[in-house]
Amino acid sequence: INPQKSSDLPVSSSSTSLPMFRNKTFSVRRRFSDFLGLYEKMSVKSSLHGCVIPPPPEKSVMGMTKVKVGKDDPSSAEFLERRRAALERYLQRVVCHPLLLQDPDVREFLEKEELPRAVNTQALSGAGFLKMINKASDAVNKMTIKMNESDTWFEDKLQEVESEEQQLRKLHAVVDSLVNHRKELCGNTAVFAKSMAMLGNSEDNTALSRALSQLAEVEDKMEQLHQEQAASDFFIFAELLADYIRLLGAVRGCFDQRMRAWQRWQEAQSTLQKKREAEAKLLWANKPDKLQQAKEEITEWEAKVTQYERDFDRIGVTVRKEVLRFEEEKAKDFKGQIVKYLESMLQSQQRLIKFWEAFLPEAKAIA
Amino acid sequence: HLPHSTHTLGTRSVSVDLNNDASLLIDIPDALCERDKVKFTVHTKTTLSAFQKPEFSVPRQHEDFIWLHDTLVETEDYAGLIIPPAPPKPDFESPREKMHKLGEGEATMTKEEYNKMKQELEAEYLAVFKKTVQVHEIFLQRLSSHAILSKDRNFQIFLEYDQDLSVRRKNAKEMFGGFFKNMVKTADEVIISGIKEVDDFFEQEKTFLLDYYSKIKDSTAKAEKMTRSHKNVADDYIHISATLNTLSADDSTFYLRLYKVEGRVASDQELKLTELLRYYMRDIQAAKDLLYRRARALADYEHSNKALDKARLKSKDVPQAEEHQQQCLQKFDKLSESGKRELTSFKGRRVVAFRKNLIEMAELEIKHAKNNVTLLQGCIDLLKSN
Repeated sequence: INPQKSSDLPVSSSSTSLPMFRNKTFSVRRRFSDFLGLYEKMSVKSSLHGCVIPPPPEKSVMGMTKVKVGKDDPSSAEFLERRRAALERYLQRVVCHPLLLQDPDVREFLEKEELPRAVNTQALSGAGFLKMINKASDAVNKMTIKMNESDTWFEDKLQEVESEEQQLRKLHAVVDSLVNHRKELCGNTAVFAKSMAMLGNSEDNTALSRALSQLAEVEDKMEQLHQEQAASDFFIFAELLADYIRLLGAVRGCFDQRMRAWQRWQEAQSTLQKKREAEAKLLWANKPDKLQQAKEEITEWEAKVTQYERDFDRIGVTVRKEVLRFEEEKAKDFKGQIVKYLESMLQSQQRLIKFWEAFLPEAKAIA
Repeated sequence: HLPHSTHTLGTRSVSVDLNNDASLLIDIPDALCERDKVKFTVHTKTTLSAFQKPEFSVPRQHEDFIWLHDTLVETEDYAGLIIPPAPPKPDFESPREKMHKLGEGEATMTKEEYNKMKQELEAEYLAVFKKTVQVHEIFLQRLSSHAILSKDRNFQIFLEYDQDLSVRRKNAKEMFGGFFKNMVKTADEVIISGIKEVDDFFEQEKTFLLDYYSKIKDSTAKAEKMTRSHKNVADDYIHISATLNTLSADDSTFYLRLYKVEGRVASDQELKLTELLRYYMRDIQAAKDLLYRRARALADYEHSNKALDKARLKSKDVPQAEEHQQQCLQKFDKLSESGKRELTSFKGRRVVAFRKNLIEMAELEIKHAKNNVTLLQGCIDLLKSN
């Protein structure tokens, strides 16, 4: 994804070798709200019920991180890069999912020249994805009929997911703190470097004066390293955690969907029961046309009960499969990002060694 | 409460070439921390007959060191010497505050995280502790390696007297009244820069020291800020490591060890560079004090000249005025001669110490970075091979 000057219209570029797409490489222009719209479309499809649909990035960064100057400013380079990277990861996750890749809305998003402006994105662009999920969760939990599961897999797994989400939140908060502290270190190192340079100028011993000036230069280089490390901390580590906090929210959403499916089935059974009772009453009351209607309704609701039961079983299977797929993806994703993070630190340390090895002879030359 | 004993503190690069004259060897092998007070064990080994025993130890508090420093500063005979700067008061404020915060936040963190933070804080306490012992030790060693100061009677009392010094301390305060010390503190810059200098050497020294002092003071403050930031980063890694352990991530062992290295680099940097800067800032202040005393002596001499001229005009009290003038001149000459010697050796000392320190710091940075590289490469290989 490449952003244009106006951050409202990032360009989405895709390259593919899959036969279902018309061209191998193609580009389209999309607005941020289009990405939200794509999510909206996918989240309401019954064919995708139970699937872990990747959530889009938040419109604003407040609520997850300490607000620092530049992060929420749409004109800042940092904000733009953050959004661009987030949207790119979002799309990559979408196309990684076998079912979503087949989805016509996804293909349209990637291929069609112009998309109609997305509607119904208020909930997403306002409070954000997680607030939306949590609201839905609360509604599910408030429903009166509780499930009695013989198979505890779902209950156990949901608990696991919830606890993991909490841990990630905690971790994200600390990593956020790390980013800020490293930026502080950056600033303090730069200031120190200048002070060292001044001291070097003041020094009357020639060789020591030169060494102190060299030290000032090394510290300047260190500042650069810290700057780059802070970017790594953020873009590789912190954003990974933020993404997965939202993704775990999406997983919870699947469990909620299964609950709702179960509740719909139960309610249908209850309605069927009421219809049967009504029929029994009508038998006694001897109202033949009303009785006919009652029998029709019973047939209708019997079919619904069967359908809803089938839906519930099916969504259960989907959720199970999806959770396993998600866990595999997550393990791969984390590993990949952590390796990337470690590699960035490794490079940083290697450069550090070079800087200090260059300085050492200067220090030794002092007489 | 702290672990109380501390042995060799590693290289003392702040001031070199100390403690290698076997006739008077001093060290602080042990120290105890009780609440706010630190009790240092001052251990002396000597071949000098001025002392009663060849080897002995006494317990001393920080205030005793200050008393010793102040009596030296106020001794007229030492006006031409750079008196080694007094060691700063032991300051456990930072780790204590952090320990307090940790206690308050205990409920919100896992047992493992808490223990790790606690461990780190105990290490910080220990580092502060070691630093204060080092700085008190160096003060004594500067004295013992100085030809004139090592013979000071009060210094000997400090080393030998096996009772509590606090009684003597109170008496000394009454005797000297802190007069000279206050004098030095109030007017120095103005007087030093105002005096008409007759000697090129001192003129140059004055310019240099005044400028250098302000620069090194600034660098010290900025270095402290920088190493504090570094410590914050290290602390974050501890939290990260602890939290990662509760997740099923395989990189937790890496962070577990990396934080220790980050933390260690931060505290080593602290010990090396910041301590060096801080020490020489205080030492330069001591050199400035010498310049000040000499400037005052010059002012006194000029006054005495004027007084002599006046006396000659009036033909009254001429012999007294002549004698006073002679005394002032002698004092001034003595201070100039001694001052020149002291300042020259100070220059050399400073350059040598900076050199040693900068080399050690660079070597440490390289060593730690190479360790990190090995660690990181190992983790990357492990993760990639799985």
